[in-house]
Amino acid sequence: MSDNVIVRVVVKMLAPFILLFALYVQLHGDYGPGGGFQAGVIFATGFIVYAIVFGVRRTIQALPFAAVTAMASLGLALYATVGFVALGLGGAFLDYGALDSRDPVHGQHVGIVLIELGVGVTVAGVLTAVFYTFAERRRR
Amino acid sequence: MTDPLSFLSGHAVQWGAVVLLMTGLYIVMTRGNLIKKVVGLNIVQTAVFLLYISIGYVEDGTAPIVLEGAARYSNPLPHVLILTAIVVSVATTSLALALIVRIREAYGSIEEDEIRERESD
Amino acid sequence: MERLHIVLLIALMIALALALVRMRNLLAIAILSGVYSLLLAAVYTLLDAVDVAFTEAAVGAGITLTLMLAALSLTTRRETRPGGRAARRVLGLAVAFAAGAALVYASFDMPALGDAAAPIHNHVADRYIAEGPRDTGVPNIVTAVLASYRGYDTLGEVTVIFTAGIGVIALLWRWRRDEP
Repeated sequence: MSDNVIVRVVVKMLAPFILLFALYVQLHGDYGPGGGFQAGVIFATGFIVYAIVFGVRRTIQALPFAAVTAMASLGLALYATVGFVALGLGGAFLDYGALDSRDPVHGQHVGIVLIELGVGVTVAGVLTAVFYTFAERRRR
Repeated sequence: MTDPLSFLSGHAVQWGAVVLLMTGLYIVMTRGNLIKKVVGLNIVQTAVFLLYISIGYVEDGTAPIVLEGAARYSNPLPHVLILTAIVVSVATTSLALALIVRIREAYGSIEEDEIRERESD
Repeated sequence: MERLHIVLLIALMIALALALVRMRNLLAIAILSGVYSLLLAAVYTLLDAVDVAFTEAAVGAGITLTLMLAALSLTTRRETRPGGRAARRVLGLAVAFAAGAALVYASFDMPALGDAAAPIHNHVADRYIAEGPRDTGVPNIVTAVLASYRGYDTLGEVTVIFTAGIGVIALLWRWRRDEP
């Protein structure tokens, strides 16, 4: 935790923009550099920088430990579900072309956006959970 | 056989990666401090990543994002492999650090020699 | 000119790595390894691997550094038994130089940097670059390969990350206050 007023004010202003940037990297990953892995890391960084300055306890109140572990599981589940849905619609496992019967290219695009979202949610959840785990070990 | 200068510029990055790998290997083998060993392992890892990315580089190419008028792109396949490997490396590093924290709590030290002494007592 | 920049940055990385060998202060080692990651990200950018550079900058200089600092705050900040025995150092040097010599010898058969005729550029990569955007509707070829052509790999990688996260939580998280 930091008592420096400049650090506190700057981090407080910066944290929401870090999360916004993570969402941009996530959703713009098809067109520019970026994607689920990077977005997840940046999303976790937003919460970590907040926890470093304002304390882990306050951060855990905003984003509970149960929520980050759930994120880690749900992202992976989303990825696998997209694969099985493609399988159920007559394609191969993870063959997103089957997601849209009329336009396979559109189906591919939808599949890629969904699994990138799964990757991003899992990476953000795991990294935040790991940081919470290390930080909480110290506090008690 | 090509001329020495182009031979040098063609392989300098590969040799740089080899030197980084040697340094990392030396740290892992000779330093007893477990956190320093993890840093050494990370250096070995980055050396391999660097070699991979340098293989995918194409002269006069651009980053593999489709662009009007771009004739050549660098090879996207090594980028994909290393991109995922970097994120996996942070996950494995965090697991290693967690193990080190538990070792410290159990033995009161993160030096290999001291842990071994306490083990034999 | 670009190559000169790449080589200079790698020379800086080597200097940093050699400094890491000698340093005792683990806090400084952690921070310098973050600097090392940023230099590496710059090299990746010059090698046209923007996605990788992005990841390295965010992961190496951000997350790994934070986790290292968190681990240091739970253990110790100094290496207390530096150096080790002389025999071990000689053995380490010998193995490192043997491995290095073998790799440099092997590099003579490697295609030169940037050679567009190298085998790696003439198999599957051509197809990814030519067909990728048309098959998937995604202009970033790295994303297309990562998510679609190599979706199985990525599923596996995400599973590895998830499992590592579970491992850390199992090792360190205290579900009850009285737990060790």
